[in-house]
Amino acid sequence: MIPEIGQFALILAFCFALIQAIFPLLGSYRNEIFCMQLARPTALGQLVFVLISVACLIYAFITNDFSVQYVAQNSNTELPLPYKIAALWGAHEGSVLLWIMILSLWTNAVAWWSRIPELLIARVLSILGILSAGFLLFSLTTSNPFQRLLPNAPLQGADLNPLLQDPGLAIHPPMLYMGYVGFAVAFAFAIAALLNGRLDTAWARWTRPWTIAAWSFLTAGITLGSWWAYRELGWGGWWFWDPVENASFLPWLTGTALMHSLIVVEKRGSFKSWTVLLAICAFSLSLIGTFLVRSGVLVSVHAFASDPTRGAFLLQFLAAVIGASLLLYAVRAPTIRGGSYFALLSRETFLLINNVLLIIIMATLLLGTLYPLILDALNLGKISVGPPYFNAVFVPLMIPLLILMGAGPLSYWREMNGAMLVKRLWLPLICAILLGVILIYVSTGQLPWQVALGVILASWIILATLQLLLSQIIHKKNFSFVRHILGMTLAHLGIAICVIGITLTSYYKIERDVKITIGDTAKVGPYDFHFMEVNNLQGPNYQGIDAVFAISQGDKPVSTLHAQKRIYNAQQIVMTEAAIDAGIFRDLYIALGEPLTDSTWSVRIYYKPFVRWIWFGGILMVLGGIAAISQRNKRRG
Amino acid sequence: MNLNPIHKRRLTLILLIITAVAIAAALALYALQQNINLFYSPSQVAAGQVPRNQAFRLGGIVQAGSVKHTSNSLQVVFTVTDNAKSVPVSYTGILPDLFREGQAVVVEGKLTAQGTLQADQVLAKHDEKYMPAAVKAMLKPVNIKSPLPPAEED
Repeated sequence: MIPEIGQFALILAFCFALIQAIFPLLGSYRNEIFCMQLARPTALGQLVFVLISVACLIYAFITNDFSVQYVAQNSNTELPLPYKIAALWGAHEGSVLLWIMILSLWTNAVAWWSRIPELLIARVLSILGILSAGFLLFSLTTSNPFQRLLPNAPLQGADLNPLLQDPGLAIHPPMLYMGYVGFAVAFAFAIAALLNGRLDTAWARWTRPWTIAAWSFLTAGITLGSWWAYRELGWGGWWFWDPVENASFLPWLTGTALMHSLIVVEKRGSFKSWTVLLAICAFSLSLIGTFLVRSGVLVSVHAFASDPTRGAFLLQFLAAVIGASLLLYAVRAPTIRGGSYFALLSRETFLLINNVLLIIIMATLLLGTLYPLILDALNLGKISVGPPYFNAVFVPLMIPLLILMGAGPLSYWREMNGAMLVKRLWLPLICAILLGVILIYVSTGQLPWQVALGVILASWIILATLQLLLSQIIHKKNFSFVRHILGMTLAHLGIAICVIGITLTSYYKIERDVKITIGDTAKVGPYDFHFMEVNNLQGPNYQGIDAVFAISQGDKPVSTLHAQKRIYNAQQIVMTEAAIDAGIFRDLYIALGEPLTDSTWSVRIYYKPFVRWIWFGGILMVLGGIAAISQRNKRRG
Repeated sequence: MNLNPIHKRRLTLILLIITAVAIAAALALYALQQNINLFYSPSQVAAGQVPRNQAFRLGGIVQAGSVKHTSNSLQVVFTVTDNAKSVPVSYTGILPDLFREGQAVVVEGKLTAQGTLQADQVLAKHDEKYMPAAVKAMLKPVNIKSPLPPAEED
């Protein structure tokens, strides 16, 4: 009964979405206030029924209702309760439902919190309604999570994919989707502005907080995903250039560009039509990401096997949304006027180059991601494009971006003379280079130049950013300005911290695969890993082996780690549970390979310096986003 | 030619952007050329279609009974087959959790002069029911028997 209520609620939500999609938009053209005012209540109605639907599915998971196919495929009576709830988005059908729920949440946030003219809100909510109706239709026609297995309901479920049974993954998809779907708001604002034919600084002021919010969630989602991959995939990597990771990184890059170009629209009225195009691109890339992951065209850990009707539906939806919005853009963009003069040396130019670089980086990554798919589709052979390609294009393009990142925030709008810029920047520049020289000197030439470059760039950003902040605090006591730039400061520091983490962990990690017998010791870096014993292990829905390692540095004991190998009962899947001794400056990482004899194992032992800085940088960026939004709300209120 | 300052600035910006795009395109093309891994089946390897000294990916099934560990190192040798031809593979390191005899596998590496694939990377997918589409397409129809246990479709 409950699953039927869930499905019925989903159908009702679809009806609400249709009304929300059609009437406010029509009303906005016919100037019928009643139709326009339908937008908010229908958005709320849609949310209520989507939430009922989600609640029904959660109920089915908690009560082990294996007559529901989705529950039977992704749960098990032995699965711990938090993972039963997280199993909601453990596979395709539930993920689509999550997508719909999050879109509905964003829609209502815009409906009830945004203080913008009635005409604009009617159109924005209509556009969000169209997107929502599309995804609800997708769910109802191709991916119904409430499909029943009657009358032959299984007695036991197949269990959640063990890889997903981890706290990192329980919250990674919702965060990522909050980001993906959040760009729908900026998209809706952009389309509404094109329809209105009015694109002014107020539009940018309304769009910016939503963009920053979506970007912050996406940053959090990507950071969590990286952390999860490191812990759970058992080979200690934090980024693989996997197509699905790229699918989340492409909207992030475009969203970052959008966030920056919106500043120019708001403050100077320039870059208007470019910004609208970026908003369309950011959401289109989110849709493409969803398509790539959900359609099964990609071969990846994340890609769920699925039937071709899903891919076909998504592809058509994708083509319709992107095609229609680009067509509208082509028709309306020439009418967008405005923009004010700026000199070659000005903050506008810095932000322009920021945008150009970010979009070029995005395009090269997109090329590497889609190239194998295109060749395969054209029957030109099967190839794979690996991490070396992505590293080879990504790293050189990031360098100019990082150099400009230090200088940009210290530049002036409109125009400034070069001497002024030099006056503001010489101190951080000299200090950063000096630091690099000292590092090279101390290491007596052992330092790879890439590391020196990474450290110099990161310290350049940190010093230049802090100089701006400190000069405001100490000399001018201008605290309102300090609050104003706090978000930017935190986010840019986050990038710098991330660069340090990536550089140092890439060049100074020690990774050893060893063959080790109980009682033996392996030396990795300055640490001794002593293999103590192997015990049997009994978990709630798995059993396995627990290997104990005592780690010491010289005579000083450091830690005792338990690395595990688990076999999950339901599907007999073997999982490696890495043991990690985390630290600010280094991680020690042990993952069991396979038993070679009764007492001998192959084991991965890794020493990962500064790896946590990567995720710490991600957290700083998210905090920066939060600071920027709260600052804007304060000023508005 | 006399340009006013606005045109001059526009021209400079456009030239800058074109330069950046050109550099990026060159970089991308060069990197693509260097880093594409072609995908071959054991039959294609046996027919000598694979260029020497170039890394490629080999897809197929790990032949039952072929996996042998060396006693004093982490070296392991096994055979990858497409039910018609097979290629010996040598790998030093730890195999992925889902590497099993009779299961689909993708191996990346170079051929040695003896015709053994010296693997840098062994990939087995994180789903028992899953077979890489590329491998599936290459399996010979002759004598095809599903390496997978009968799916418990309900």
